[in-house]
Amino acid sequence: MNIASFAPLAVLLPILGAALTFLLIRHSRAQRTVSIALLSLTLLLECWLLASVWNGGTAAVNIGGWLPPWGIVMVVDQFSSLMLVVSSSVSLAVLIYATGQGMADGDRDAPVSIFHPTYLILVAGVSNAFLSGDLFNLYVGFEILLTASYVLMTLGGTGPRIRAGVTYVVVSVVSSVLFLIAIAMIYGATGTINMADLAIKLADLDQGTQNLLHVMLLVAFGIKAAVFPLSFWLPDSYPTAPAPVTAVFAGLLTKVGVYAMVRTETLLFPGDTFNGPLMVAALLTMLVGILGALAQSDIKRLLSFTLVSHIGYMVFGLAMSSVAGLGAAVFYVAHHITIQTSLFLVTGLIERRGGSSSMDRVAGLAKLSPLLAVLFFVPAMNLAGIPPFSGFLGKVGLMQAGIQLGTPLALALVIGGVLTSLLTLLAIARVWNRAFWRKPEDAEHPDPVLLADPADSATGDRAGKTNVTLLPRTMVGSTLGLVILGVGLTLFAGPLFKVADQSAVDMLDRTSYIHAVLGEDAPVPAISRPEPDPAPAGVPPASGQERK
Amino acid sequence: MSVNLTLLTVMGALYACGIYLILERSLTRVLLGLMLLANATNLLILATGGYAGLAPMYSKDTAAGEYNDPLPQALILTSIVISFAVTAFMLGIIYRTWVLAREDEIQDDAEDRRVAKTPSFDLEDDSVIPVETSEFPLTMLGSDGQSVSDVRDGAGATVKVAGRKLDAGEAASEEQPGSLNATPPKEGGGQ
Repeated sequence: MNIASFAPLAVLLPILGAALTFLLIRHSRAQRTVSIALLSLTLLLECWLLASVWNGGTAAVNIGGWLPPWGIVMVVDQFSSLMLVVSSSVSLAVLIYATGQGMADGDRDAPVSIFHPTYLILVAGVSNAFLSGDLFNLYVGFEILLTASYVLMTLGGTGPRIRAGVTYVVVSVVSSVLFLIAIAMIYGATGTINMADLAIKLADLDQGTQNLLHVMLLVAFGIKAAVFPLSFWLPDSYPTAPAPVTAVFAGLLTKVGVYAMVRTETLLFPGDTFNGPLMVAALLTMLVGILGALAQSDIKRLLSFTLVSHIGYMVFGLAMSSVAGLGAAVFYVAHHITIQTSLFLVTGLIERRGGSSSMDRVAGLAKLSPLLAVLFFVPAMNLAGIPPFSGFLGKVGLMQAGIQLGTPLALALVIGGVLTSLLTLLAIARVWNRAFWRKPEDAEHPDPVLLADPADSATGDRAGKTNVTLLPRTMVGSTLGLVILGVGLTLFAGPLFKVADQSAVDMLDRTSYIHAVLGEDAPVPAISRPEPDPAPAGVPPASGQERK
Repeated sequence: MSVNLTLLTVMGALYACGIYLILERSLTRVLLGLMLLANATNLLILATGGYAGLAPMYSKDTAAGEYNDPLPQALILTSIVISFAVTAFMLGIIYRTWVLAREDEIQDDAEDRRVAKTPSFDLEDDSVIPVETSEFPLTMLGSDGQSVSDVRDGAGATVKVAGRKLDAGEAASEEQPGSLNATPPKEGGGQ
């Protein structure tokens, strides 16, 4: 039995959930139960998919029985199933957090009853993008998640959200149009849009055409992944959305862009034509992003800038196109999805407890709520890359790969990476000092709730309602769960890094992917890659076979 | 692959107008620009399908070479549906912008403007830690670099007042009532 035949369920279950929750729009309790149950089921299924490809291998399923390269294929390999599991765990945690927020605010027939169906459609879009083995289906996956994200971004239709939403929608639509143009041109040039088939046929095109198509895809995905200089839309639009929405966007949406970039660079256009420019873009993304973070006084905006900055690490790992680099990038993506989401969730809690997410207004939270301080501190140190945590391990992996590669540009990136890590620590320490450590009286404009007697302030006025619990158990619990998952990534970093490295071997080798989709006798074109020093950088296919 | 020149010219014109329009600040024009871009792209996909052929799989007698390529049309259909949904949504938020702000223009990000106008000098991070020169030494380092203790016990700290050297505690008590300097701040003179 082909385990991949269950892969479409990862897309179908959330869509089914969206339909059911849409029918149950007047029954918020049933809505919550259905959406959490179906998302948990999806997560279980994806864990099973990951377990079945844990030791390597690729499985593909033809949707509707249409044979590739004509029909749509879905491909399960280590990278895609790892991304699925991480993204679904994160989205489940955020969903529980969001329902907790809804319950605490007591929305019986809330204006946001549309939240559950839209959220599940977003999850379906993300799963579809991760599983797609077909360029146009990837585009459809992107559109599903983007359209859902437009609605979530402007939830409630307040002034700031609409303003931010306009920018976000226009930028996303332009990037989608660019992607669609690239697909049309690729179809015109090769007559196929199946990714495995393209891997064979694109190699026959002349170098100029290849470069044009390659750049178009990179620009389209670069906008979605927020790679400098295409990243300016992100810190503008993310912070205004509701806390759980910002958290899931920060965790997942940019990473889908990174995922698509990885597939482009490894499967469609292997070789190192654009490794130099990508490395420069990675360096600038890291530095410009983190310098932006230092200037902010709002925690959500600060975190949005660190998000942009840390995309640079992933692009760096990808641009090395060596097993060590790509493996570290895969690990880093998994780590960053978890950590960035938990930080945004904690910021949502800070906003509830302290009345604001602006560092001029919140203070003294360490004394007021020690649990909140721990919940912030652990992922914050993790993000900055302080030793025992997974952020440190991922960065060490990237640095090692960079030093192995040894080109001046790679070494510059290693230095830039360390610098970015230190500046991240500085930015995070500012939040810690101002929001947690100083006394409420020292804040520029302290929120009244901070100056009140702590005993009285377990409830307060939030979102226009009085006497809501400030830190409901569901919200704290789901955040705690995600923080523990982040620490778990550290504890199980060994096996995880092994899987990441193996997936990097498979992706750079391509044989497994192409054979899974097109059958065992499909030709795998050799990659023309000038190797100055073949021993450390880039593992030859032979060793890939041994490791499987 | 044969190319229809008219189709290409129309496509180019649509792209040009679309790009011009999305650079405008008015939201309705941006929306029109996005619609033109989407339609230009649909024409581009159509053009990749080659010349107009017969309907595929309609009759058994049609040779494979005479078929129209059905795939681009399927792609266009999907893309039309998507751009329809996005256009509807855009119209919704443009109307909402109009309701909220009474103008059809893209609004500036207020927080972004504020951060951009923030001077590079940060009071908390960049201010020089002042050397204590006042008459009222507080709990911090004095100008001689030695620790200055609290006013009340006045041990060691002296101030120069009108040619005399006074103990800090006495100097504080000599201060006239009602003076703004009379009450030393609770802690840390520098902030």
